[in-house]
Amino acid sequence: MFAPFMLHAWAVATVVAVVAGVAGFFTVLRGSAFAAHALPNGAFAGAAAATLAGVDPLVGLGAASLAGVAAIAGLGRRARSDVATALAIVVLLATGDLLLGRTADYAEGVYGLLFGEVLGVSTTQLVPTAALAAAAVAAIVVLYRPLLLASVIPDAAEAHGIRAGRLDLAFLVVLALVTTAAVPVVGSLLVFSLLIGPPAAAQALTARPARALALSVALALTTVWASVALAYVTDLPIGFYVGTGSGLAYAAGRLRAGAGHRRRRVR
Amino acid sequence: MPGGPLVARVLGGALRPLVEPGFLSSGPVRTALVVGTVVAAVSAAVGVVTVVRGQGFAGHALADIGSAGGAAAVLVGAPTVWGFVAFNVAAAGVIDLVGVDRRRGRDVATGIVLGVALGLAALFLYEDAVSTTATGTAVVILFGSLFAVPTTTVPLVAALGAASALALAALWRPLLLTSVNPDLAAARGVPVRAVGGAFLAILAVAVSLSAVTIGAILSTALLIGPAATALRCTARPARAVALAAVTGVAATWVGVLVAYDSADWLGGRGLPVSFCVVAAVVAAYAVSSVAPAARRRRPPAPPGGG
Repeated sequence: MFAPFMLHAWAVATVVAVVAGVAGFFTVLRGSAFAAHALPNGAFAGAAAATLAGVDPLVGLGAASLAGVAAIAGLGRRARSDVATALAIVVLLATGDLLLGRTADYAEGVYGLLFGEVLGVSTTQLVPTAALAAAAVAAIVVLYRPLLLASVIPDAAEAHGIRAGRLDLAFLVVLALVTTAAVPVVGSLLVFSLLIGPPAAAQALTARPARALALSVALALTTVWASVALAYVTDLPIGFYVGTGSGLAYAAGRLRAGAGHRRRRVR
Repeated sequence: MPGGPLVARVLGGALRPLVEPGFLSSGPVRTALVVGTVVAAVSAAVGVVTVVRGQGFAGHALADIGSAGGAAAVLVGAPTVWGFVAFNVAAAGVIDLVGVDRRRGRDVATGIVLGVALGLAALFLYEDAVSTTATGTAVVILFGSLFAVPTTTVPLVAALGAASALALAALWRPLLLTSVNPDLAAARGVPVRAVGGAFLAILAVAVSLSAVTIGAILSTALLIGPAATALRCTARPARAVALAAVTGVAATWVGVLVAYDSADWLGGRGLPVSFCVVAAVVAAYAVSSVAPAARRRRPPAPPGGG
């Protein structure tokens, strides 16, 4: 399990878990589940286009994610933005399908991009993934206080002179960075599980932001490490373990929180 | 019937530049058109209520969740429709149970269920690839192929489509009232919660049917696209349903036709039919933004966005 080629997988998985735990905390707090789902799906088309053109998929993922940010921000100003977002996702997915249909390894390409292939991560992917993740974490550290205020008490944030629109855009860009880093590892469809499950569990367990953030990262790390180990041992796809593991983390968090409430009420 | 072939020949001659020869006499094309028509009409009707209720994300999530069901059905050798329906109805139940009244809570509940289902989809699709010799199962379930729908599925699709259309008609008035003004509905004695649950079940079946047609993760297009197009042109629900159904069916037919013809334009390797249908649906949506009604009655953007 700790053979040299597996070390890349462990390293990349750890980076992805940390950044997903941090960004996911704000995704859940702000209720941006739909955007967190839409960006990775849109990025699928970018990766497909890059594969077809013979470019590094990371370039395609990054370009498509940023285009997705622009689209969501532009459409968000109008009413019924969820309809427009849903249609944009579908168009991008269909385009990705069309493009991958023109490449040699169609079915494998589709499966790998949608559900991830952490065990096939190479050394060359490690550095860009880490750089993207570091940028995303740095952005969140810088924006931590205004982001927290704007997510929890939007009115107070406005009174402090925080521009909600600009902050929204900044957060979407962070999500785009996370997407670009995480899609090759856990796949377009499952980045989303990691962004929602562990942070939602953490927020069910504690109301204090800093503690919830730390807990969110810890749960994401546990989920991802367990998934890599189980995927290696059982030879089943990692996406299965990441998806169900995130769900289990949330269920455990809710149960634990429920038990805590009951105990406190009894006292 | 001597009249039949003559009409067909005249029509065929007139449409020659548009319709490649053999289009209407091809078995897969006929099945595709029948299934596509039924599904597009039902999805569009259900989609209008979905958009009015603001449940676009739930509809999209159900669509993705269905992919796990479709993959599981392939694994046990059952028709994929049943897999889609079973998983979507179960997921709709869980979302309804877990979901709380706050909108953010509902999104997170939907997201958690979606995440788990996608994990299962990864497993089942992998097992499908390992256990069956047929390649591309994942692609057919996720992205669909209207030309590959087996003829045996047609009666099933028709029955499920009719059932959801009837249920929608039966619930029409309480559904609209609870969507537009839940407080007033509750005051009039409408069981708001039960109506919402019943609608989620109808939505689950409609999404499953779309998943058979254009694939699990693309099925949102048939659900939301025509409905959103129609609601841009008219504010009256009944008229919107009719317009959405017409738009959806037309888009499906255009998509099937283009996909069939493209094999000739591109030298044997045509465009995927699902891509063509999605493109037609979105084109209709784009055109509707310049519709006279939309320009005349563009509502002022509500504070804080939709």
